[in-house]
Amino acid sequence: MSTHLLEVVDLRTVFHTARGDVRAVDGVSFSLAAGETLGLVGESGSGKSVLGRSVMGLISNSAMTTVSGQVLLEGTDVHALKPSARRRLWGPEIAMVFQDPMTSLNPVKRVGTHLTETLRRHLRCSRSEATERAVDLLRQVGIPEPARRLAQYPHELSGGMRQRVVIATALACDPRLLIADEPTTALDVTVQKQILDLLGSLVVERDMAMLLVSHDLGAVAGRTDRVQVMYAGRTVESGRTRPVFAAPEHPYTEALLASIPQLSHPPHTVLRAIEGNPPDMARPPLGCRFASRCSRVGEECTAVLPALSVVPSPVAADAAARAVACHHPVLPEPVAMEEVGHGR
Amino acid sequence: MLAPEPVLVRRCDTRSALLVTGLLLLGAGSALALWASGTTVLVTLVRMLVLVVGIIAAIAGLGRLARAARGKPVDVVFWLGMTWLVLILGAAALAPWLPLGNHDDSVAGLTAPIFAQPGGLGADYPLGTNNYGLDVLARAVFGARTSILVALLAVLIGTVVGGLIGMVSGFVRGTTDRVVGILSNALLAVPPLILLIALGTVLDPSIRSIAFALSLLTIPSMVRLARANTITVAQREYVLAARALGANRMRLLLREVLPNVVLPVLSLAVVMISVLVVAEASLSFLGIGIEQPAPTWGNMIAEGQGGVMEENPYIVVVPGICLFLTVFSFNLLGERAQKRWDPRSAKL
Amino acid sequence: MAGSGTAHLRPGVERSLVVDDLVVEFRVAAGTVHAVSGLNLDLVPGETLGILGESGCGKSSAGRAVMQLPPPTSGTVRLGDNDLTGLKPRAMRRARARMQLVLQDPVSALNPRRKVKDLVVEGLEIWGWGDRHRDTYVDELLVSVGLDPETVREKRPHELSGGQCQRVCIARSLALDPDVLICDEPVSSLDVSVQAQILNLLEQARARFGLSMVFIAHDVAVVKNISDRVLVMYLGKTCEVLPSADLENAALHPYTRLLLASVPSETDAEQALDPARGGAEMTELPSPLDPPSGCRFRTRCPLATERCAAEEPQLREFRPGQFVACHHPEPPVEE
Repeated sequence: MSTHLLEVVDLRTVFHTARGDVRAVDGVSFSLAAGETLGLVGESGSGKSVLGRSVMGLISNSAMTTVSGQVLLEGTDVHALKPSARRRLWGPEIAMVFQDPMTSLNPVKRVGTHLTETLRRHLRCSRSEATERAVDLLRQVGIPEPARRLAQYPHELSGGMRQRVVIATALACDPRLLIADEPTTALDVTVQKQILDLLGSLVVERDMAMLLVSHDLGAVAGRTDRVQVMYAGRTVESGRTRPVFAAPEHPYTEALLASIPQLSHPPHTVLRAIEGNPPDMARPPLGCRFASRCSRVGEECTAVLPALSVVPSPVAADAAARAVACHHPVLPEPVAMEEVGHGR
Repeated sequence: MLAPEPVLVRRCDTRSALLVTGLLLLGAGSALALWASGTTVLVTLVRMLVLVVGIIAAIAGLGRLARAARGKPVDVVFWLGMTWLVLILGAAALAPWLPLGNHDDSVAGLTAPIFAQPGGLGADYPLGTNNYGLDVLARAVFGARTSILVALLAVLIGTVVGGLIGMVSGFVRGTTDRVVGILSNALLAVPPLILLIALGTVLDPSIRSIAFALSLLTIPSMVRLARANTITVAQREYVLAARALGANRMRLLLREVLPNVVLPVLSLAVVMISVLVVAEASLSFLGIGIEQPAPTWGNMIAEGQGGVMEENPYIVVVPGICLFLTVFSFNLLGERAQKRWDPRSAKL
Repeated sequence: MAGSGTAHLRPGVERSLVVDDLVVEFRVAAGTVHAVSGLNLDLVPGETLGILGESGCGKSSAGRAVMQLPPPTSGTVRLGDNDLTGLKPRAMRRARARMQLVLQDPVSALNPRRKVKDLVVEGLEIWGWGDRHRDTYVDELLVSVGLDPETVREKRPHELSGGQCQRVCIARSLALDPDVLICDEPVSSLDVSVQAQILNLLEQARARFGLSMVFIAHDVAVVKNISDRVLVMYLGKTCEVLPSADLENAALHPYTRLLLASVPSETDAEQALDPARGGAEMTELPSPLDPPSGCRFRTRCPLATERCAAEEPQLREFRPGQFVACHHPEPPVEE
């Protein structure tokens, strides 16, 4: 276990709202090693963003929220730390790239100020050193004429350029773990690819771990080592990205992939839509969260919540092994899945 | 891997603990406040502080009791404010039929004691009498009638006129908008008090003309709010969608824009009521509002001038507290309304 | 005429919508935004034309200008036999109702203070009911877009999910029996699974109501799936018009190829690390205030030459049905 940079154990995030307790994240576990990229995919309301923020410690215990379970970053439980100690993690240990580069940069601060402030706070270096490093960072994220950009304001830059600045700010203190929460959703298609390329090469260069939170299955498919598919606050399937997308075992993953129009399909292909809507997380159903929309639903599905169980594989058990939370998984060999019923 | 039901950490204390602490706080707080208001042992400033502490403690206690009863946190201050509003509005509306003392007949007041001290409930003069021998409680209630009626009337005029002008100018834009903008800015540029004094010297001091004068204060801000909201709403996609369906301008204005502008305007109107209650009181205090012996809270406070207040503080304290509580309560209501009706939070 | 040309128009056949030399310009403090510069398109009955482009390419402005919301700076729009550009306000509103708009954000496209049953028949309230009976027609419309009338009729938009709101919007558009439906990014704010529902619904509605559609979007795969023909726009100009079948291999314009190359694939990570592909240095979209001379794409085009700066390329037919405005069209990719 100690080889993992990040270890999340049974994380639950509950929001206490007027309508009752909303279980946004409901018992999610995963681990992540340095140099590895994990994709968290799911539709809106699946809890993927809340999970990302809970890992970061941005969402923590308060009057309105209860976070339980463990987030171990190199053995330290992020949620057991005092707020001030947790803040010291942000930057040198964990950093986050948000969805909207316009709102995550302060419009009245120059690009340079965003960078040098972070650098000087965490690294305690001089102003000129900080400026030098800021120029270097901007160059690393592929911004042309970095020295000139330092004096510009965020609104003078294009969306893609702004997102690069956000990434540079996140990288300023050499974090070990980068959480990218929908980093390309607000950007144009041609720019999306550039930003994802950039993030990918930075992970390799710096031997960081990255958590890529996204609803864009296509983006996650080509950019992550492992993937974790979320539905209604729970992990429904996890494993190495290629096999999961090539042969999904959870009916939700399968249906989700089938609902995306593919370039290789001829025009007017009827898509396999998932009818219905995700459950209300203030009143989650008793059994499987996906039961009401599932084509393979059986009797036990509405009664018993399926646990995430590892699919036996020929390779020795490792963290990347395929795991599925389903009573009736989509599987070529039905033998492998006689282990259901754990969840009782 | 089992998936047990999560055990939620409940930070809220148990119900009985809430009840006990609530009762204790309420009792201690009320006792403290009562003692502070009656005692002569302490310096006035300290007395006031103790009084405030007592009231806060009592309210906190009430909050705990309410939470124990309802099972979730209750905004006690808000509900106390609403209770006061219901009481004062009810009393004001029903004033002529309530068994109150003499409030404006100074001839009849000649036979009554002047500056009778407050006697409490059941006494001839529960809150005392003034220098004409008129009953302070009766005057406070009839004063509420005038003050609130003037404020409501002014806000009504201001909201209807200002709201309509603002909505039309925000929707039509162009020259109309520019002219309206200049006019409302001009009106805002005149210091309100000077405007009121000027109007007060020209107009007769009746409820109607004072309401009219005060409504002039509300119109510019109403125009601005209605205009700003209309501009935002007119850019929303549902207005575009209605135009695509073939709706004409009248329909767009009435069916698409108006329903979405009226609520934020109304919530400002509620806040405006409290502003105007104060404005009316200021006018009456200065003697250019409703004239004596007809009571308003403003001219009642003015009776404390000339050393009267030092001898008989209740002359000022009674209308002052009425004014404070009313303004405070209307503000609470307006704030709540703004939160509830703000178009930005309408989706939630 | 500048840039686009009219080679791709089909004057011989019956057409439900013809847009001729559409120009949309906005005055802003810094100058004039050239949102759409000379767009030509036509639509035969039952056809879906996809307009593909990134944000800022003028595709939404074009869609709205076709609807005369607001009217374009210049150019004509003919809907059936009506020339919309010359009509008086009332006649225009009447004629325009034959063409309907479905917008990107379904939640904000519905008045938050009204109920579903009033929203779907808004058009009929404006133009009269004919012989339709209100309640049954409301239910019919809701059923035709896959909503259960019993559960949604009395609800307000905020009580519905995004997908349900988009269904209500589509029902509202269909209520007036339009000939042409203009869909402006109708699925880009929706979740993937819901997106598929809406795309299928639009296909069904087109077949059932005999609609012609203009489908505006930035997602190549989505546009390809729903369209018969695809028009690629860049900075207010048409780059390429081509049949959607085999679009991914047939595209010739360098910009279309860039869009295709930006579609995420499973091998992205390996490609990104391949030094042969060069650094991730970025290219910027030029300002629509001051678009480049000649071919507007030349500042980002790997094949640009001096000719591209001097001379504006015209749409030319390269294959049957495929028109490209480029001096140096890329050869099609050999598989």
